[in-house]
Amino acid sequence: MNAHHTSRIKLQGVVHAFIVALATHAVAAPEAVASDSVTVVSWGGSYAEACKKAVMDPFTIETDIEVRLESYNGGLAQIRAQVETGSVHWDVVDLEFADLVRGCDEGLLELVDIDELPPAADGTPARDDYYEGTYSECGGGGIFYSTVYAYNNESFAGERPTTIEDFFDVEKFPGRRGMRRTAVGNLEFALMADGVPPEEVYEILDTPEGLSRAFNKLDTIKEHIVWWEAGAQPPQMLADQEVIMSTAYNGRIFNAQVLEQQPFTIVWDGQMLDYSQFAIVAGTPNLEAAKRFLLFASRVENMAAIGRYIAYSPTRRSGIDLISTHHETGVEMRPHMPSAPENMGRVVRNDWEWWSDNGEEMNERFSVWLSR
Amino acid sequence: MALSLAAARFRAAALTLPLVAFIGVTFLAPLGTMLVRSVHEPLVADSLPDTLALLDEWDGTSIPGEKVFRALGLEFQELHKQRALGGVATRVNRLETGMRSAVIRTARKLRDVNPDSWKEAVIAADPVWGEAKAWRALQQSGERYTARHFLHALDLGQDSVGKVVLQPPDRRIYLPLLGRTLAVSIVITMLCLILGYPVAYLIANSSTSKANLLLLLILVPFWTSLLVRTTSWIVLLQNQGVINDLLVAVGVTTDETRFPMIYNMTGTLVAMTQILLPFMVLPLYAVMRTISPSQMRAAAALGATFRQAFVRVYWPQSVPGVAAGSLLVFILSIGYYITPALVGGRTGQLISNLIAYHMQQSLNWGLAAALGAVLLGCVALLYCLFNRLVGIERMRFT
Repeated sequence: MNAHHTSRIKLQGVVHAFIVALATHAVAAPEAVASDSVTVVSWGGSYAEACKKAVMDPFTIETDIEVRLESYNGGLAQIRAQVETGSVHWDVVDLEFADLVRGCDEGLLELVDIDELPPAADGTPARDDYYEGTYSECGGGGIFYSTVYAYNNESFAGERPTTIEDFFDVEKFPGRRGMRRTAVGNLEFALMADGVPPEEVYEILDTPEGLSRAFNKLDTIKEHIVWWEAGAQPPQMLADQEVIMSTAYNGRIFNAQVLEQQPFTIVWDGQMLDYSQFAIVAGTPNLEAAKRFLLFASRVENMAAIGRYIAYSPTRRSGIDLISTHHETGVEMRPHMPSAPENMGRVVRNDWEWWSDNGEEMNERFSVWLSR
Repeated sequence: MALSLAAARFRAAALTLPLVAFIGVTFLAPLGTMLVRSVHEPLVADSLPDTLALLDEWDGTSIPGEKVFRALGLEFQELHKQRALGGVATRVNRLETGMRSAVIRTARKLRDVNPDSWKEAVIAADPVWGEAKAWRALQQSGERYTARHFLHALDLGQDSVGKVVLQPPDRRIYLPLLGRTLAVSIVITMLCLILGYPVAYLIANSSTSKANLLLLLILVPFWTSLLVRTTSWIVLLQNQGVINDLLVAVGVTTDETRFPMIYNMTGTLVAMTQILLPFMVLPLYAVMRTISPSQMRAAAALGATFRQAFVRVYWPQSVPGVAAGSLLVFILSIGYYITPALVGGRTGQLISNLIAYHMQQSLNWGLAAALGAVLLGCVALLYCLFNRLVGIERMRFT
């Protein structure tokens, strides 16, 4: 479904570009044509669908600016390539926070003045309304999401997994497990499963022994892992019972539960809490439209609206009260959010600063470990 | 007379000019750029000229003086304002993990300040500047020309006294991968030779119409897109693929024990052998065509068995084709990238896939260039070795 969707959009993009090219030659008024649309790049699947319904469609209705939605699997590489070659064709990108901060430092993203962002309903300025540390100088909008693990109830006749230790216990729960093909998250899960309290995870990872400990723990289940890259894959792998359990983004599992009635269960124990924001690619020819989109996406009601379609909550304080029910099924959303108190037992918060220092080395080591 | 001869020679040389220019622009220039990039990294040197100039007089162990701190502070302020500090921070971080955030944090805290003591202000911004290792990392990353990427590409590191040593086994990345790449290339070359030699022999010794048909069977896949052929192997070899389905249907295996034939080394070997096979068959065929069948008949008439005749008469004459085909297949497979990326999975990746990773993902182009240069060196070395053993002038491609 998702693949069809993107290819159709790409085709539309090609047709559109062709028409733009024609129009440029015919009437030589490219600006007028170009600012009619803005290209927003997100993570595909049900999350992109939620953003489209909650933010992009209302934006087009309000401003008459068309939003072209593309998808990617994270990282700064494509943005850097576009900026450095001077051919920017992405306008707004939904970025993991570590990448957002790095991209901002390196001048790959446009600066956004936080005082320009819309205040909360009661007039609280955005600066005070954002949770501490969830705002970058280049970002707008923003959601909390979480990497958890989930399983298909039908894969378990008897005892079911309940802790992060169970995910790494192949004797108690034999079968294949899905994990994201990256170092981020997996090292944290491994250490927690090895008995490290969440608040000490990064302290331990910072030592060579701690790092070996994490990789050794991953070694114990290496032969049982199926690797995924796009967020839409784990629900599919669980539905096909290709794996008995998989790490996944909590919102994707939620959507499979409520929209497709899949018999999935989320294990919140040992979840990794994270946040993401929209940002504008530096040097985009559609700066004005991109900025309008960013400001629109930063309104609290629009940030909270995403939570009517998928279980991700806004990173602004005043947004929490706006969380209500799922738009289609009427399910109460609050208990499904990563930050709901009952889900916040053992939680590790993604230390983006640690990852921005160590990401390069970790990914290199991870790919070596992977190929061994 | 001599003049007209010289003119003719000049005209002949002029005819090759377009080719020379073409090779220069599309081959030599990029290759040169790559080699230069592997040792030349001017970004930090260009960004922090004052600080680095002052560090020239630093003894390398103590904490530098106020002058150096002031230069650093001012340059950080300026770079932070231009938002050009990220690249510098990333490069220093490659020498000393943790420096990325330290550099950014320092610049952020120093924004709009003009302290009396820069030394105190910088160390207060991040205590790492009170340690010599931070300054060493800064100084080393400021070297315009560096062997760092080559050391990295060969899994070498510098110990605390600056001596070049091999990394401990669990940190070695590129040497094992290079070894694997060479081994895989040799295996593929052998497989192509074993599969291709009889085919070439058959074509060379068939009637014209039959030979044309056989040749067509070689050429059609050769002309088919690489991606189409690679993805066809996925269809055939995957867990729920044609071959596994057949094996289950005839009872060789069961649904639970389907053979994992793709997304691992097997997939890489099978797909690459099939894709590179024409490069072996065609040079072999070209050489074998010139070996007259009457020689084998003559040998038989003189009492030689087929085996003797083949070993003493046919094989020596086909060696130039074997050499040409092997060299082609080997050199192509050592740098192969797209097929292992698609069907190699976790264990079937080769060194070129890591080069692509550094080009596209980590964006460490210096390291990618150094790895490319190492690969180029390997090919050149093998070529020389090969020339010694077989003699390049004996080789025939057509």
